[in-house]
Amino acid sequence: MHPTRKRRLIIVLLMVAAAAVAIGLTVFALQKNVTYLFSPTEVLNGKAPAHSPFRLGGVVKEHSIHRDPSSLKVDFVVTDRFHDMPVQYTGILPDLFRVGQSVIATGQMDGKHFKATEILAKHDSTYMPKEVADAIKKAEAAGRAKNAEHKTAAPAAPTQGGDAH
Amino acid sequence: MNKLVYWYHKLGSPPTFYRFAGVLRPWCLAIALILAVIGLYGGLYLAPADYQQGDAYRIIFIHVPSAWMSLFIYGVMAVAALVAVVWRMKMAEVIAMQSAPIGAAFTFITLCTGSLWGKPMWGTWWTWDARLTSELVLLFIYLGIIGLFHAFEDRRHGARAACFLILVGVVNLPIVHYSVVWWNTLHQGTTVRIFGKSNITTSMLWPLLVMMFSTKFYYAASLFGRARADLLDLESGKAWVKQIASDEEARS
Repeated sequence: MHPTRKRRLIIVLLMVAAAAVAIGLTVFALQKNVTYLFSPTEVLNGKAPAHSPFRLGGVVKEHSIHRDPSSLKVDFVVTDRFHDMPVQYTGILPDLFRVGQSVIATGQMDGKHFKATEILAKHDSTYMPKEVADAIKKAEAAGRAKNAEHKTAAPAAPTQGGDAH
Repeated sequence: MNKLVYWYHKLGSPPTFYRFAGVLRPWCLAIALILAVIGLYGGLYLAPADYQQGDAYRIIFIHVPSAWMSLFIYGVMAVAALVAVVWRMKMAEVIAMQSAPIGAAFTFITLCTGSLWGKPMWGTWWTWDARLTSELVLLFIYLGIIGLFHAFEDRRHGARAACFLILVGVVNLPIVHYSVVWWNTLHQGTTVRIFGKSNITTSMLWPLLVMMFSTKFYYAASLFGRARADLLDLESGKAWVKQIASDEEARS
């Protein structure tokens, strides 16, 4: 390779490497300071700020959603499957909000409750038609029923897995 | 001489590229349009509704191909910029500079469609999570490249400066792509994988892939058109451009 071209190539590569190191260090430094969200366990352990807003993340617990029929008030429980945190919110919930969905609530502690000012729902990056989702649920339910049957009657036979998608 | 090296030098010459791009452009545009019609028909009409999102998920047939293009075009620009900076090839400068507005447009579409989907699904138009922020930074890099290119009196100086910016900005590409893995983001992770199983039904996947090819061909057609127009400007005064001009005059 021609020496001037070689020099230019080396300069460019050094420049990109320097930029990568600079950005990498910045990102690494930020990662230690910025926490996007706290789980209910962390909140109960006192890791979250007590008197300033923060984000609470977790899954909406089964049978925990109660809506006030006369207003937009709603309360539910966010769980990380270790500890629960009751959440109160007034406003319109996102379409993806439902039981078992990951949600991120912004707000602050109000006694034992978390008073949310914003609720965001996370998408699980799975796309399938409703029929398939229903079929999977049915297969899982059937599998569970079968398992229960086998436990009482005969030793377990191989059950049909829910790998319908 | 090696065939690849031969074509590299051949296409590096402006008159050859001008003719080559002129022949390919209508074909690329036609293929892009046909694929877009097929992909959108498959995505908006044939594909079933999603189990969680209903029909709202259909924005992915625009959003995801645009997002892929925003990264792909930057990759093309980075290769062209490297060639332009190291070998001082005029054609590579043209390709890098004329790709930037197309890439910026795809990035803008990605951000807008994502925002439109985010409001009903997530519950917010915008959040400062890693994926969204890095994609916004990508848009600013594109705009910076376009601005820097036009800030110089001499266009070849401008192109060279902008090519350096392109090469530094390459650092952002892996950040955009891996942001959903490295950080806890609101944006969902990867659904379509080249290796391993995709979390999407086939009837929803194929229109997405068709749209991916459609946007690639659109980019080629758009780039060829822009590069041709730019070459006439860059090489005005050269014999081959004068020839084209007099031919056009004789025809009209």
